[in-house]
Amino acid sequence: MPGIDYFYPEFEVVRRDERCIRCRVCERQCANEVHRYDPERDMLISDEAKCVNCQRCVSLCPTRALKIVRSDCRLRENANWDGDTIREVYKQAASGGVLLSSMGNPKPLPVYWDKLLINASQVTNPSIDPLREPMETKVFLGKKPDRMTRDAGGKLVTDLTPQLELSMPVMFSAMSYGSISYNAHASLARAATEMGVCYNTGEGGLHEDFYKYGPNTIVQVASGRFGVHEDYLEAGAAIEIKMGQGAKPGIGGHLPGAKVGPDVSRTRMIPEGSDAISPAPHHDIYSIEDLRQLVWSLKEATGHRKPVIVKVAAVHNIAAIASGIARSGADIIAIDGFRGGTGAAPTRIRDHVGIPIELALASVDQRLRDEGIRNNVSLVVGGSIRSSADVVKAVALGADACYIATAAVLALGCHLCRTCQSGRCNWGIATQRPDLTKRLNPDIGSQRLVNLLTAWKREIMELMGGMGINSIEALRGNRLMLRGVGLNETELRILGISHAGE
Amino acid sequence: MKRVYVNEEWCLGCHLCEFNCAFANSGESDMVKALKGKPIRPRIRVEGDDRITYAVSCRHCLDPLCIRSCISGALHKEDGVVCIDREKCVGCLTCVLVCPYGAVQPGPDGAAMKCELCLKNACGEPACAAGCPNRAIVYEEREEGQA
Amino acid sequence: MKKYLIIGGSIAGVSCVEGIRSRDKEGEITLVTSEPFSNYGRPLISYYLEGKTDVKRMSWRGEDFYERNRVDVRHAVTAEKLEPEAKRVLLSTGEALPYDALCLCLGSHPFSPRFEGVETVENRFFFTTLSDALALEKTVTKTSRVLVVGAGFIGLKCAEGLRDRAGSVTVCDLAEHAMSANLDADCAPILEKHLEANGLRLMLGDTVERFEGQTAHMKSGQTVGFDVLVIAIGTRPNVSLLAEAGGGVNKGILVGEGMETSLPGIWAAGDCTESMDVSAGATGLLAVLPNASLQGFCAGVNMAGGSERFDKGIKMNSIGFFGLHIMSAGTYTEPVYTELTDTGCKKLFAKDGVLTGFILLGDTARAGIYTSLIRERTPLETIDFEAVKKEPSLLPFGQDYRAKKLGGAV
Repeated sequence: MPGIDYFYPEFEVVRRDERCIRCRVCERQCANEVHRYDPERDMLISDEAKCVNCQRCVSLCPTRALKIVRSDCRLRENANWDGDTIREVYKQAASGGVLLSSMGNPKPLPVYWDKLLINASQVTNPSIDPLREPMETKVFLGKKPDRMTRDAGGKLVTDLTPQLELSMPVMFSAMSYGSISYNAHASLARAATEMGVCYNTGEGGLHEDFYKYGPNTIVQVASGRFGVHEDYLEAGAAIEIKMGQGAKPGIGGHLPGAKVGPDVSRTRMIPEGSDAISPAPHHDIYSIEDLRQLVWSLKEATGHRKPVIVKVAAVHNIAAIASGIARSGADIIAIDGFRGGTGAAPTRIRDHVGIPIELALASVDQRLRDEGIRNNVSLVVGGSIRSSADVVKAVALGADACYIATAAVLALGCHLCRTCQSGRCNWGIATQRPDLTKRLNPDIGSQRLVNLLTAWKREIMELMGGMGINSIEALRGNRLMLRGVGLNETELRILGISHAGE
Repeated sequence: MKRVYVNEEWCLGCHLCEFNCAFANSGESDMVKALKGKPIRPRIRVEGDDRITYAVSCRHCLDPLCIRSCISGALHKEDGVVCIDREKCVGCLTCVLVCPYGAVQPGPDGAAMKCELCLKNACGEPACAAGCPNRAIVYEEREEGQA
Repeated sequence: MKKYLIIGGSIAGVSCVEGIRSRDKEGEITLVTSEPFSNYGRPLISYYLEGKTDVKRMSWRGEDFYERNRVDVRHAVTAEKLEPEAKRVLLSTGEALPYDALCLCLGSHPFSPRFEGVETVENRFFFTTLSDALALEKTVTKTSRVLVVGAGFIGLKCAEGLRDRAGSVTVCDLAEHAMSANLDADCAPILEKHLEANGLRLMLGDTVERFEGQTAHMKSGQTVGFDVLVIAIGTRPNVSLLAEAGGGVNKGILVGEGMETSLPGIWAAGDCTESMDVSAGATGLLAVLPNASLQGFCAGVNMAGGSERFDKGIKMNSIGFFGLHIMSAGTYTEPVYTELTDTGCKKLFAKDGVLTGFILLGDTARAGIYTSLIRERTPLETIDFEAVKKEPSLLPFGQDYRAKKLGGAV
């Protein structure tokens, strides 16, 4: 559309000229070309309309001459028609297109984790000091027997279906090679290996360089079946069937052809430069019975040596859906809440579809218990697990482990500018541009991830010790350890907890 | 001996090393005061094109041609570090003529100037490596012939 | 214990000590030098006159060098005779020094054609040693008219050093251009203009026919009045000690790649030698300080039983006059790149697919990359020579080269 910019840029680049030494690092590091050096005036100038507030320039400016602030040029206050809403109308009026976004739902919807409080021991039951006493954070994911059985000779039967062993109840959730860079994948793979947890290939297949991290890799099978072949299935420690994703329940995925370079093309087994479109449904799954067939096919293909995970988005009837999955032969159910991140999703879907993971988890755990099939499966939850406290609360609500991705990419340098879909990630994470991907050195990236998980592990042990609990096993589903604040009766009922003070 | 090594794969061409070097060797405690409005004379230099970048500084060669060639004896080794006594240097620049890496350059006073690993300035360790945002420049021990 | 004997205490001799000591910490080293001063780089003498250094700072490896390296040093002594069969050297003191390994670092002597009437000139000097510089310093006053015969780098550096000390400095040379051994007709005028702008009087293509007291009668018929005369026409290697003992000599002492002479147990290094110039593919005089140092070290290592090679020798020179830097190296074969401006020039020469020489005047940044190409005889087809021509950098050498050089100890 010619002529007029209907709105003032969202961000302002504040450059304190008295500090600017003209090193031009901002100019060199901004893939959005916000900064430009003008030799005639010997000064740096900015085009803030291009700024996405990723703060790369801010972080690299050696004299802290830069900051990015939200523009205070506002439309007239209107509680109904807020600035963002109007901005979106302008955008669509100009483009005629579906709005695209990335990362998780930024809307001010309730975060139940923040309304849950954790218990601690006082007087009548001793707390445990994790520095002095053993504290078990290890978990095994997979189907568990309901009771001990003995064979004809009276010996204990110890055969278990395949289990996924984790040193702590946290894994890196699915992010495909394509949506994130090779170096991001390398960082995740190396960190997962070092920490004794797992990362997840996402639906992009497994790059040949990463097969060596197989024992700490979950290989995903999604609706597009990209990169799925026998060696791929054999490579992983577990196989995940992706039915849905919290950020965009009900729809598939779309990796633009521009991101499908030689490496991505080979890994995904699709032609170079072609769009990689994952259909909304699996075209061979229209029922639990169909799902069961795929679960069994994958198990047959890998000799029943690997647990199979079925991942679904948290939606309205999640408890019933989970019940079905628990009967499909799957070993693990992964549930992704509506605040989960993505490399690209239609804004309306990201912001308006799905339900909070806290409520989904509580209702699924309860339903499976009620039906006596809780031991059929382990439960893994994701969709904005932000801290060790969230992990502890999730385990107390019934989770066996958590998936983290947004926290992981934050550790890698992501500043949540939510423009992954542009492919110009200045932090080298959500991009395939070689000049940008090299910005993420996996030596640094993996170390930062290891640091994050190490810190969380320590905190988990502290929190458990405070409650007088010395293993994740003993915390799982222990909702007595939680109290709610500011929650109504329905919320408390679904969460299965008492209000604080009760 | 610890040296500055360059991992070209990770160099972003951001040129921060040059500014960190110039600052570390400025004797100032504030970067803005040290560098604002002045041409910088770093002892490390980013080279490359729009695809490849890397930084070059003194390799502190095992058998340095510059020390052999220095007419004044200003260049010398201290614990393996090729150092320059800028009082002795007369600025003939024979070191520039012989350094195969182009890692020596004249300073503002005409005497030669080169990386001394920041061991004598306030930084205490190479500022280029310490400030490299992507560990493209590292300060570490490496075996001879190891890359 | 091995007895080492070094004749000569300049750069080659000192480097020879370093070479020996790099392998043999015990052997007895005796060093005989005609110099009254401790070790110093001869090219410093013009900088001394200019006030850029002083006698104390001029010491190349420090006043305590000989002590640190346990060298029995004899200053102001000359070697008179070499007896290779007896393996000993007779000194001017009458002493005879025996050796197991001998290194001749005899240097060179200033050369002067026979000028008619030169004996009538009261204040006449050469300019190769610190003693020369100290004597000049004493003689030259603010009103002195100095005449330098020879516009090579010794003569011009001397002129530069004296400019602020003297009333006037005139430099004459038979050659049409200044530094004719290093610069060509394209580059030299830039230097000449610069020298004249800085107060030197140049008389090129003209030289002295005869002297008459304080007057020089020039070939052109002009006369030049002067108070101080410096003869800086050139130097010749000191070869007689070895030649008289039957060793192989051409213009200089002939040496192999290990700096061994034709006589067993005798090595030679520095300006007295004639060795392989890899840029020319022929032997020649490579009389510049870096070579003296490399050769001396090489000889020292080999004297102590090592196997060092001096096999990358080329002529090379870095010199500056009043802020204008000139670097040159190698052999000027076929010009393959020329950049010429009013204030600088750059010329590269190549033959048979390798760089053989260059001249840089003005911008000399990273010249060592060119020098290295010549010394290493790097095939130009293995690098992006077009890019290197324009700007010396490591980019055109490729990733493998850089990974090796920048990623490991070299």
